[in-house]
Amino acid sequence: MRIKAQVAMVMHLDKCIGCHTCSVTCKNTWTNRPGMEYVWYNNVETRPGPGYPKEWENTDRYKGGWTLRNGKLHLRAGGPVSKLANIFYNPNMATIDDFYEPWTYDFEHLHKAPKKENLPVARPKSMITGKFIDKPEWGSNWDDDLAGGSEIVPMDPNVQKLQEHIAMEYEKTFMMYLPRICEHCLNPSCVASCPSGALYKRDEDGIVLVDQEACRGWRFCMNGCPYHKVYYNWNTHKAEKCNFCYPRTEAGLPTVCSETCVGRIRYIGVVLYDADRVKEAASVEDPKDLYEAQLSVFLDPNDPEVIEKAREAGINESWIKSAQDSPIYKMAMKWKIALPLHPEYRTLPMVWYVPPLSPIMNHITNEQDLSMDGYIPAVDDMRIPMEYLASLLSADDTSVIRRVLLKMAAMRVHMRAKTVGGMDEMKTSKLLQEAGTTMEELEDMARLLGVAKYNERFVIPTGRREMDDNLHYRQGACSIEGLAPAEGMVTYPYERSDLG
Amino acid sequence: MEQRQNKLIQALRHLKRGERINDGWTEESPRPRNSEDLYRRRWQYDKIVRSTHGVNCTGSCSWRIHVKDGIIAYETQQTDYPSTGENFPDYEPRGCPRGASFSWYTYSPTRVKHPYVRGDLYELWKAELKTADNPVKAWENIVTNPDKRNKYVKARGKGGFVRGSWKELCQLIAASTIYTIKKYGPDRIVGFSPIPAMSMISYSGGTRFLSLIGGTILSFYDWYADLPPASPQVWGDQTDVPESGDWYNTKYFIIWGTNIPQTRTPDAHFMVESRYNGTKVVGVSPDYAEYDKFADIWLPAKPGTDGALAMAMTHVILKEFYVDKETPYFLDYAKQYTDLPFLVILDKKNGEFRSDRFLRASDIKTNQELGEWKTVVWDEKTNQMVIPTGSQGFRWDNGNKWNLDLKSEDGQEINPKLSFFKDSDKVVLVDFPYFAEKEGGKVGRGVPVKVITDQSGNEVTVTTVYDLMMAHTGVNRGLEGDYPLDYNDPNKPYTPGWQESITGVKKEHVIQVAREFAANAEQTNGKSMIAMGGGTNHWYHSDQIYRSILNLILLTGSQGVNGGGWAHYVGQEKVRPIEGFSQIAFANDWVKSPRFMNGTSFFYFATEQFRYEYMANGEKSEWGSKYSRMHPADFNAMSARLGWLPSFPQWTQNSLDVMKEAREKYKEDEQAIIQDVAKQISDGKINYAIENPNDPRNFPHIFFNWRSNLLGDSGKGHEYFVKHLIGSDDSVLTDTENSWQPEKINIDEKPPEGKTDLFIAMDFRMTSSGLFSDIILPAATWYEKFDISTTDLHPFVHPFNAAISPPWETKSDWDAFREIAKEFTELAKEHLPAQEDLVMSPLAHDTVNEVAQPMGKVKDWRNGEVEAIPGKTMSNLNIVKRDYPNVYNMWTTVGPNIRNGYGTKGVKVNGEKAYQELLSRLGVSKREGVGKGHPDLYSDKQAINAILLMSGATNGKRAVEGWKSMEEKTGKKLGHISEAREEEDYTLDALSVQPRQTISTPVWSGLENDNRRYSPFTVNKEYNIPWHTLTGRQSFYLDHEVMLDYGEGLPLYLPPVNLSPFLKGEKEVENKGKSLTLRYMTPHQKWGIHTMFTDTNQMVQLFRGWQVVWLNEKDAASAGIKDNDWIEVYNRNGVVAARAILTYRLPRGVAYMYHAQDRTMGVPGNSINKKRGGTHNSVTRINPKATHMIGGYSQLSYGFNYYGPTGSNRDTMTVIRPLKEVDWLEN
Repeated sequence: MRIKAQVAMVMHLDKCIGCHTCSVTCKNTWTNRPGMEYVWYNNVETRPGPGYPKEWENTDRYKGGWTLRNGKLHLRAGGPVSKLANIFYNPNMATIDDFYEPWTYDFEHLHKAPKKENLPVARPKSMITGKFIDKPEWGSNWDDDLAGGSEIVPMDPNVQKLQEHIAMEYEKTFMMYLPRICEHCLNPSCVASCPSGALYKRDEDGIVLVDQEACRGWRFCMNGCPYHKVYYNWNTHKAEKCNFCYPRTEAGLPTVCSETCVGRIRYIGVVLYDADRVKEAASVEDPKDLYEAQLSVFLDPNDPEVIEKAREAGINESWIKSAQDSPIYKMAMKWKIALPLHPEYRTLPMVWYVPPLSPIMNHITNEQDLSMDGYIPAVDDMRIPMEYLASLLSADDTSVIRRVLLKMAAMRVHMRAKTVGGMDEMKTSKLLQEAGTTMEELEDMARLLGVAKYNERFVIPTGRREMDDNLHYRQGACSIEGLAPAEGMVTYPYERSDLG
Repeated sequence: MEQRQNKLIQALRHLKRGERINDGWTEESPRPRNSEDLYRRRWQYDKIVRSTHGVNCTGSCSWRIHVKDGIIAYETQQTDYPSTGENFPDYEPRGCPRGASFSWYTYSPTRVKHPYVRGDLYELWKAELKTADNPVKAWENIVTNPDKRNKYVKARGKGGFVRGSWKELCQLIAASTIYTIKKYGPDRIVGFSPIPAMSMISYSGGTRFLSLIGGTILSFYDWYADLPPASPQVWGDQTDVPESGDWYNTKYFIIWGTNIPQTRTPDAHFMVESRYNGTKVVGVSPDYAEYDKFADIWLPAKPGTDGALAMAMTHVILKEFYVDKETPYFLDYAKQYTDLPFLVILDKKNGEFRSDRFLRASDIKTNQELGEWKTVVWDEKTNQMVIPTGSQGFRWDNGNKWNLDLKSEDGQEINPKLSFFKDSDKVVLVDFPYFAEKEGGKVGRGVPVKVITDQSGNEVTVTTVYDLMMAHTGVNRGLEGDYPLDYNDPNKPYTPGWQESITGVKKEHVIQVAREFAANAEQTNGKSMIAMGGGTNHWYHSDQIYRSILNLILLTGSQGVNGGGWAHYVGQEKVRPIEGFSQIAFANDWVKSPRFMNGTSFFYFATEQFRYEYMANGEKSEWGSKYSRMHPADFNAMSARLGWLPSFPQWTQNSLDVMKEAREKYKEDEQAIIQDVAKQISDGKINYAIENPNDPRNFPHIFFNWRSNLLGDSGKGHEYFVKHLIGSDDSVLTDTENSWQPEKINIDEKPPEGKTDLFIAMDFRMTSSGLFSDIILPAATWYEKFDISTTDLHPFVHPFNAAISPPWETKSDWDAFREIAKEFTELAKEHLPAQEDLVMSPLAHDTVNEVAQPMGKVKDWRNGEVEAIPGKTMSNLNIVKRDYPNVYNMWTTVGPNIRNGYGTKGVKVNGEKAYQELLSRLGVSKREGVGKGHPDLYSDKQAINAILLMSGATNGKRAVEGWKSMEEKTGKKLGHISEAREEEDYTLDALSVQPRQTISTPVWSGLENDNRRYSPFTVNKEYNIPWHTLTGRQSFYLDHEVMLDYGEGLPLYLPPVNLSPFLKGEKEVENKGKSLTLRYMTPHQKWGIHTMFTDTNQMVQLFRGWQVVWLNEKDAASAGIKDNDWIEVYNRNGVVAARAILTYRLPRGVAYMYHAQDRTMGVPGNSINKKRGGTHNSVTRINPKATHMIGGYSQLSYGFNYYGPTGSNRDTMTVIRPLKEVDWLEN
């Protein structure tokens, strides 16, 4: 057992209002600069829809993630040999049009237009070429709220798989939102794809980063990541990606996207896992077993043996305590309502999703339908096809989805019984049985999902900077190391050995 | 420091292999991680400053502005709101993607950095200044010379701005203002600025100036059509709604035409989270809207048919919860808190009975003080008529019985009877209006009645509002008449079966939802809530749609209950510190009677839209309405004449001249002055400006537009604005020839164009309003100034603080108006002496004027039906001193009127104490002039602290004083309500440390003690304080003559008006190809708050850029339109060029052009007249409804942004076709 700690996230899709605040605050902080115009570390997709970049889930085309051949994990895009062969031309990479050509408007013209015949207008302009364009043709969120309808929805690879189930009709409309950031995977294929070894997963918190000094701009990470969450800065010619706001998490703060999430759908916490079991978990044969396999690498933070081993591995008390209070552990491992996005990519993603409820599709025939056990058939009759959710979150295993939806429904029914009346009925209800839960668990869920206090959504220990052995020096010199060089005569309290 | 190491060593280190783990799959590398510092530095910042966004979304969210290297770098939401309690979701974080993009404006290319002026005007001004003696004369020389005037007026909207300086442009503004006051009167100076709650100080800067000079201040809420007229009609209060936290308290939530995730983004989580607490959610919307995602069931009602759906639900609830079984909670509630038990007279007309007015105390008893304003119930205990306390008459009779105790005026306990069904004298057939199938239809139904004898000995037939409701909604109790058989009856109103063909919603769902809604309220004592908004409100018949929906709330006892009631969210606002704000904003501390003008009427006339009116149906209907056949402009003129609505500019004659002559004639006798002017009016010697809108003297000569994008956003009938007010090139596609013209208004054959002499904008970005303006003053952004903001959606007061000082030449609105006031005063010293003004104010709600016109009968003095008496049968006339040479001095100090006490809505605050506290908090003005020695109001910070100190919501002492003042009239103990918070006293500094929760005050109707969420009318319900209505109860029945004439005494279903794209006989646009005719709607959008934020780089790119129109894909296919194709949308009002968005999420037959994208970005020329394609409002126009112009009658009395016709806009139909060629018109 080799215990490591991972800072992970849950996004509760049932709570997502699709507002994109996360995208904007993230962009303002991290990608609001030349070379990164088209980049959204965090984006929100309306589903069904092709996402950003277009059809990113089309692994036949982009060849992202891992595949299992003869029981062994291989990068779908090929190993070092094929990489070398394609090093100056990667046929699998998304083009700028798959993302979009960023544009702006010629605002200054509104101020500066000389006297003329017509009302001045700011025309659209490409931010790549600087030239006027007639109209934008695609964007990172071009199909928001099903814009484009049946011209665009069929581009969703999940829809293609399920064509017979999806009706693109007014009466049968459904939609959901899927916010996405880097998954900070336990088994990251981007890291394995980099010919320069520039990508790495941080030991202390599992955040996956691109070393800006080491990156040589080969861009194999871009499609090596099946989630398409590594981007190319066309100004610096280096890859950049979501850094899980480590400058904030190190200070014990949630990521920008999480703290600013006004739907309060995001949860951040620590999970402990056995790093020695990652490969095995990613290598199970049947994709439908991947979800359970992934769950099996996590360790119970309350188990005395785990605690002991964690201490031995240098994980400090506050991290262990955080793992015990972790909302992620509760939602993903304990209650099993948060699921990994596309577990079949075998990267063991660390951003988990609670699937959304949706209005029931057909008419209610009697008043019992939406109370207590009436919710059981209702779960099977919700607008978002269970197969669609299963395609996203459980490698097509609908029983996983059904169980989560039943649990969510049971929580609502129980809390209604508790606040309006009907507790006796609840105790003996089939719903409780079928959802495989207890009233106590449902109340714990309602607390974390519904009341959702800041300190319960975000349980983040400050960064283990004590792993850095130059802290005394850095205390006075950080950010001005240029003025406080570690050379020449050094006096107390620094010692030579401190200075490397 | 490792950076300084040898690069080679570093590289070698990288090659060193780390330990292999995980079955050899993973390497634990010891590589250096120095590059991580790069992103750490990005996150570091110098300071964070608390500010908010002064935008018309009522979000009022607290933000952290991060300043880095002296630059505003980015913003994130504050998370430090006071907690809502241990087991309740908190308010953090508040803010949406739009607000998060705001920092872009600071350094953006759209930023207005310097003062700009139209080049042609600047040239003229410079030249005239050189030759004329003085600036006032210089302005006169320009505007009196048609060639000169035309030169710059015709150049509006066509580029050609040049830079000017603050000093010279303020002088130009001051000179033009002074010239206009002297020549035409101060009411020709007009200002438009909306929603003070979003930034009270910035609003006040301008309105304080206008109030002091006597200018006209336009309302906005009614103009935006966000004002729900049903609110004053039902409650005598305007839009008092629960804070969003209270959504968590509801157990059954119908979301009905308000897109909560999209437009109430920071609040949506309470709705989402309430579901986890067991709340059921129902979504009603024509499209699969964002909120439907959260619903248990979606009811896809066709646009504009919500009233039919609600009436059918009303039918179900009355049948099942009042008739089939009697629900004790509902019955008790109905008796005490609604007008259902009140007696109504049935009047026989043409052989059939119709419901007429309420029975009054004066009908049955003599010697009742204000007996005409006291309504009557039947007491079950004594089996006779009684006069319960609490009706309007008790409010103004100088007694202390204005309360809702179940007692009669003489103190006897009573039990009001709801129905005469079981012991009626007889059952009579009553005609009820039924207009769903044809205009002016009717249906006859039996109603149980009592026959009483009035005090003159006449027999009078009476029934209860309850029995009328039962018959009207078609609940069959076995009485005679045209009742439906059962729920399935498809033909008779208002059954679930009947509504199906109208709304498209299955009857089973209607029954189900109505039943659940009521059963939930029964189980929870009223925790059933309905959120409503633009989707249900922006209609011509908004009031009827709303009243129908409110039936469900009132019948289930859900109003005045936490977690229950209506929750109206569109454009609503709450200036929580309203008492102090009103004093500062409208300069009541120095002068009384500001010229408050209702926006819709103003723009209807100022933009000549009344000349393009649709003809009413000429045929006489069965119902036989008289007033619906009056041209709205004629009705509006009558309304102004009878003192119902305000009307500014008021007279063709200069009000200063009128006053001067009268004063010379009557000296000190002010009564004589007023009587004389009233006589001159009735003799036709003084003329109403509203009846002479084409007389150039009556034009709005000077127009201030600040905190608003009137011309790119909210200006409904945009092309009429451009043509008639502005005088630039327009795209109106019709003329007045085929339109309905008024009969009583003096008009020119050709309506005037370019009416305004000077249009001034103040903004930090360039919008259409800027492009059409003559002067643009550069404003500070919300991160560069001090101000305060409140909302009804949460109970906190949020400050604006300057993260950086205003850059370039920008100024806060407060400072800008101070500059203007200063220049004005300098010139006034020479050109405009102090004098007197006579202000014509309408009969106002919440004043004794609301009992001016008894019985709600229309009596016109012009026809000799009554005498013309100011304050009774016509407007009030108030003498006001205008001390023009002291305007600056007054503007910058708090005036002495405060010491006499002040208040609002009938609540009084002790002024002397507040004034003394102001002296010490604000400091004393040392500037020479009338303001010397008064509290200093020079800076925005002083203005903020003045408002906070003077208002109950932000100062505990004021709150307690307010409650105590309410004790006198009501006879109830109230002073204790806020006593525990008496010492609380908010200042700008305190609010900047952490948001503070407002204190309960009687100017609002919600109780907020003990961390309770604000829910409206809990004060009324828990302390038996009457609503400000005729009966003092929540109203189902409105008995004003005009309401009854329109058939709108009770809530009913009225179909959308369907204003056709062109009128019969009108020259239409030639159209050879395929096209669509669709209902055109402008719901609030996702990527901006109106046009604000829409132009930020993030919002531009997060969707599709601008402008775009959503269509159903099958509709689009039939006209050959593909996704992202160029289209044009047009009708007689104008034309829009845009791109199409196709979807199956929308039903067929509708086009959504989300409001508001402005025409400044990416809009090419149209193909019809080759002008720039318009805004979303280019194809709309306003269509005022007469029932909203009623006044002088209890809750139907005028109040600024309280009542008045709305600028409704969803009844519009448009033609849509492909736009084949794209011409940018930029050569």
